[in-house]
Amino acid sequence: MRDAFYISAAVAFVSTLMVIIQKKVVHALLYLIISLLSVAVIFFTLGAPFAAALEVIIYAGAIMVLFVFVVMMLNLGAEAARQEKSWMSPRMWIGPSVLAAILLADMLVLLARGPAFISGGNVVGPKHVGMALFGPYLAGVELASMLLLAGLAGAYHLGRRLKKEELAERETRR
Amino acid sequence: MSEALRSIIIILSVIGGVMTIAAGLIWVERRLLALWQDRYGPNRVGAFGLLQVLADMIKVLTKEDWIPPFADKSVFFLTPAIIAITTLLTFAVIPFTSTILVADLNIGVLFFLAMSSLGVYSVTLAGWASASKYSLLGGLRAAAQMISYEVFMGLSLMGAVMLAGSFDLRVIVEAQRGLWYVVPQFAGFVIFFIAGVAETHRLPFDLPEAESELVAGYHSEYSGMKFGMFFVGEYIGITLISALITVLFFGGWLGPVLPPVVWFLIKTFFFIGFFILLRAALPRPRYDQLMALGWKVLLPVSLLNLAVTGGIMLAGR
Repeated sequence: MRDAFYISAAVAFVSTLMVIIQKKVVHALLYLIISLLSVAVIFFTLGAPFAAALEVIIYAGAIMVLFVFVVMMLNLGAEAARQEKSWMSPRMWIGPSVLAAILLADMLVLLARGPAFISGGNVVGPKHVGMALFGPYLAGVELASMLLLAGLAGAYHLGRRLKKEELAERETRR
Repeated sequence: MSEALRSIIIILSVIGGVMTIAAGLIWVERRLLALWQDRYGPNRVGAFGLLQVLADMIKVLTKEDWIPPFADKSVFFLTPAIIAITTLLTFAVIPFTSTILVADLNIGVLFFLAMSSLGVYSVTLAGWASASKYSLLGGLRAAAQMISYEVFMGLSLMGAVMLAGSFDLRVIVEAQRGLWYVVPQFAGFVIFFIAGVAETHRLPFDLPEAESELVAGYHSEYSGMKFGMFFVGEYIGITLISALITVLFFGGWLGPVLPPVVWFLIKTFFFIGFFILLRAALPRPRYDQLMALGWKVLLPVSLLNLAVTGGIMLAGR
């Protein structure tokens, strides 16, 4: 299990790096999917199979499909790749590098303090997750559902079919 | 026999068996369609035309493997493999009998849903990577169709999961000893079946490759073995959905007299036959009709089924 953890962590690291430096958007998205999948494997090795499955179903399987869908619709060609290239100047790396260095230092301090690796602990099954969500974290679940409802209503408003007079009004405003 | 050797034998026989069934289905489908359409079908090569499978394989393997110069090569190359791999991997959690199964995973149902949601990429990206209008339209349709039908595919299974109290497919089969779940979960079964047809994009829901409007949809630009992979992937998908219906709603390997594996195969082949009958019998709906059916009928019904199942379980406590 420990080997699987380190291998998938390495894959997650490399694929996330590739997401950033890829110039073609779809290729970057593919690397992001791989990164999410390797994070799912990390969850699995840490004893959270339910979280791992949800990571694949929801993030890699549903949300990323929508990303790919939108990028396919935009049909970005060689022009967009050239633009991406111009954004990749060495100066761009300074800010993110500083932030990443802080995180790295943070992690090194934590590692130096003692073993933070908790693999092989008790396995958190679907039932435990459900009981936690609808027990102590009920308020959080309800708040998230309200947020989603607002998003749903907003999407419905944007995507609704306009009436004839509304269309005419929009035309005149233009 | 040592544990490791036993596992290896099971894995190899599952892969071999599934691939053989998937290849054999090419012949089965053509013969059955012919039967229902009042003609003969392929009956020249070997006894009953059985060697047609071999002839088709030779044809597909020796065809020119053509990658269009305008295609995105790496993605174009990758996509046919994704569908074959994701569908084959799901067979790892299917319990053929109480002892013949590759992985007794406690999240078996979720593993299937995860793999089927990854399978979407194969079709969608194949359409994109081909860089042709018809392929792109097919890919877009596939993405929208599969992601919509995935939602209630998952919801329709949750009734069976609630009754059994587990995501483990082996436990779900064991829980059906008294009564097959098709009786208390009839709505769930019907929705899962419809969603399964849409997920494998088979007729009548084959809009991603609707040949009368999109040439061949997402795989228009594919030839040779890459096309063969899509083709075989589709048949593995049919076998997978049929096997899952058997496991979740029709008591898996349970049955009198005959050995468990035989019962499993009989039930699975019954549903494979039903898949083919659907193709012979039903016309293709319009794309907006397909989406409207999904979101306006199947989603509310599956939510209602879930609420009623939960209510009855609580009341019976």
